[in-house]
Amino acid sequence: MAGEVRRLPGRLSWRIGEVVETRPATPRTKSLFLEVPGWEGHTAGQHVDIRLTAEDGYQAQRSYSIASAPEEKRLELIVERLDDGEVSPYLTDELRTGDGLELRGPIGGWFAWEAKDGGPLFLVAGGSGVAPLMAMIRHRTAAGSDATCRLLYSSRSREETIFADELDRLTASDSSLEVVHTLTRSQPPGWTGYDRRIDGEMIAEVAPSPDEAPRTFVCGPTPLVESVATALVGLGHDAGRVKTERFGPTGG
Amino acid sequence: MDERRLDGNAVGGLLGEVFTFEATTAEGACDQCGTVAHVGEAMAYVSEIGTVVRCARCDNALIRVAQNPRGYFLDLRGISYLRFESAP
Repeated sequence: MAGEVRRLPGRLSWRIGEVVETRPATPRTKSLFLEVPGWEGHTAGQHVDIRLTAEDGYQAQRSYSIASAPEEKRLELIVERLDDGEVSPYLTDELRTGDGLELRGPIGGWFAWEAKDGGPLFLVAGGSGVAPLMAMIRHRTAAGSDATCRLLYSSRSREETIFADELDRLTASDSSLEVVHTLTRSQPPGWTGYDRRIDGEMIAEVAPSPDEAPRTFVCGPTPLVESVATALVGLGHDAGRVKTERFGPTGG
Repeated sequence: MDERRLDGNAVGGLLGEVFTFEATTAEGACDQCGTVAHVGEAMAYVSEIGTVVRCARCDNALIRVAQNPRGYFLDLRGISYLRFESAP
């Protein structure tokens, strides 16, 4: 081997987490629960990188947002199965409780929220983009924050809505938390909510007034993120308070 | 002789402090249009051969990172400075 192998100190080193539970979140997504020895804690909104190494040494890595609150002992990641993906089919189909998983993190600090930052919070999610926003919602509850919080959440259908039941429970017991769903492909009988992709008109109806200066976090596929950010700025929201995180084309 | 003149080894500790900052919250100034924005706000193009971070306003290439099995190439020519807070 040529020379010494130098590693970044501390948290950005690769290390092994243990899979302590896997659970279907929806038909196409899975929750992975990990315990990472020596985990220093994270801030809601941060992500980890996951790295897989094949027997021939080939490596592939992907970023997954942390969906669990900092107050929880286990890390929860949401993995959407992409049929032609290099990484996600392994994580959703092959990974078992007790397996080790190579990861590094927590990473990021810009797309992050802590209860002490205050509110109001306006969160916009497309599909599994809800993961880092769920970490914020769970942290808000765990920390006893009274910041008002509204989530606008686009899913294909009720059964493909990640965290649907937990969000129902949380909103039922917390009058300052509100969730507005839009179901883009199929809706349950009697559905009176939105049934289309998030657009500027919907943002105008659901977003808090710019006067309230909400802290806004948008996460999802790139077209959704960009259309929402454009709509918000067009409505007069301060671009500096609209934080975005795009799913990259390298996903999977 | 200028006693303030040392060599790079003398700043190993300082640069060791500097190069541990949380990158997404650092503010970078685009050397083309002058926009100052958090790295997390910039656009990133990630491919097998490397990563380019571009100014969200003028598309100037701010940061390029290429990697081979032995190490990294980091090109910061597109930013005139980075500003970040010291670790607590």
